Amino acid sequence: MVSADKASTTDAKELFDCRDAYMSALEEMAAADPRVCAVANDSLSSAKLKNFKAKYPDRFVNVGIAEQNMVGVGAGLANGGMVPYVCGAACFLTARAMEQVKVDLAYTKSNVKLCAMSPGMAYGQLGPTHHSIEDLAWMRVIPNMTVIVPADPIETAAAMRYSLVHEGPMFLRIARVPVPRVHRDGYTFKLGEAVELRAGRDVTLIANGLLVSRALDAARELESRGVSGRGFNMSSVKPLDREAILHAARTTRGIVTAEEALAAGGLGGAVAEVLALEHPAPMRMLGVPDTFAPTGTAEFLLEHFGLTAAGIERAALELLKVGG
Amino acid sequence: MNKLPFEAPAAASDRAEWLQRRANWIRLSAMTMNHHAKLGHTGGDLSSADILAVLFLGGVLRVEPEQPRWPQRDRFILSKGHGAAAYYSTLAARGFFPLEQLKTYMDPLSMLNGHPDRNKLPGVEANTGPLGHGLPIAVGAALAARMRRESWRVFVLTGDGELQEGSNWEAAMTAQHYGLENLTVIVDRNRIQQGDFTENTINMEPLSERFRAFGFAVDEIDGHSTAALLDRLSRLPFEAGKPSCLIARTIKGKGVSFAENQPAWHHGVPTKEQLAQAATELGVEVAW
Repeated sequence: MVSADKASTTDAKELFDCRDAYMSALEEMAAADPRVCAVANDSLSSAKLKNFKAKYPDRFVNVGIAEQNMVGVGAGLANGGMVPYVCGAACFLTARAMEQVKVDLAYTKSNVKLCAMSPGMAYGQLGPTHHSIEDLAWMRVIPNMTVIVPADPIETAAAMRYSLVHEGPMFLRIARVPVPRVHRDGYTFKLGEAVELRAGRDVTLIANGLLVSRALDAARELESRGVSGRGFNMSSVKPLDREAILHAARTTRGIVTAEEALAAGGLGGAVAEVLALEHPAPMRMLGVPDTFAPTGTAEFLLEHFGLTAAGIERAALELLKVGG
Repeated sequence: MNKLPFEAPAAASDRAEWLQRRANWIRLSAMTMNHHAKLGHTGGDLSSADILAVLFLGGVLRVEPEQPRWPQRDRFILSKGHGAAAYYSTLAARGFFPLEQLKTYMDPLSMLNGHPDRNKLPGVEANTGPLGHGLPIAVGAALAARMRRESWRVFVLTGDGELQEGSNWEAAMTAQHYGLENLTVIVDRNRIQQGDFTENTINMEPLSERFRAFGFAVDEIDGHSTAALLDRLSRLPFEAGKPSCLIARTIKGKGVSFAENQPAWHHGVPTKEQLAQAATELGVEVAW
């Protein structure tokens, strides 16, 4: 666990597409390390790989619309000593290639990095076919897999740089829905360590991805109501920072989790497992319930499912049974 | 069980005959392992034995058993991972691990899983078992050689029924697009899959034409002729700038009369008496 004052940033509300940070990091890594290569499935613009292809044409493979092959090709590249970044829309990269992810990457312990682009409900109006809300639950249960959901562009770049020194398969969610910065420049990503972005005594808010800034906003609102909320960025869904969760359960009156995914099986599920086994505590799990989303933009859908600062605040108050 | 020497005769004609005997040893070793484990895939072990013998013992593959992860090695991927007993027997015969270890096939905590695991067993390149995984991995390894400007080659052995998995054809398109002449696909065309003959299940023909249409240089040979296999696999690629595909016409259960061409022997397990009969027919002694 990393403490609050080192990690959190000011309230800047400029918004960023994390794909830009991922793209810059990947190009820098390729410049420094000849093992770095990229594998795409058709679209270079949605995976932000146009520059990469122009700069490193010999280390770029486009397999076309063929995700099973794409992941297997990644495993083969890793067998040959390369470090492939296999980049595709999260919904297809996971669901379409799940057996290859399980066997060719996780079971084999292949040094392949999956960059899951535009996850969650980023493709809002395109519908549930293009949403990736199941990915965290699917990936988290596979042995040997590491699952990271960066909160902002700074953490996206930091997690990318970390992935190159990490030996083994890794799943990184690269957000498309614009987010504000929640980390300072110079932030260092530490696998399996939750970052405490805000100290608090009454309730703990644990979020990742685009829900982190919303959880921090919720904590500020709670403070105006006299409730002290602690805020965690738990970008590392696997491995999980059990100590941070248990400490929160011991020192605050309850935990609210928030994520842009099915709460069952995702970050919420992971936190609930730790609490149930080691320190039962009152909890609320915010995420997508057991349903496919209706039609609407990403922002509409986040609102629809209460994945907003107000939704998190409401859940915290309900948990503590204070306020209206 | 005596240690098998890796001493393939220099003259090609002598070597082919020597390899035929080694292939029969692989057959009986695999059957013994399946008998021991009371589980296994005898039919496919027997159909692929000659191909494996030629690749590993005939000097086709540039591998170093003392350094199984030698970076410049040729890669061999057994896509039909259920042919594990013949594969393990071949790897042991080539010296990747002691022959004694074959006696632990599928035992609790054995390194010899029912399907190969590269993190346990030296010489294994990919964890296979579910079908249609080997060719995409082989394409990736062939692309890696190109990216690193290395001269290693990649060989993948697939079943025929396995080619019903669409991932193979996704990978074939990639192999063609990138002109992977360092890639060779060998199809163990034994015409039987788990449930029935391939042609009663899903028509596989015209298989050569299908690979040709996907941009491969294709040849078809008798997959039990070690002389033909040696000859064809020593002249790669078949055509410059193209991936090669060798369709090895085989017989499922080859060399053992009661198992030949019998779908039930896909995962049939021999009794002690059947093992003795197989030994007689193959001209090999039962070793353990």
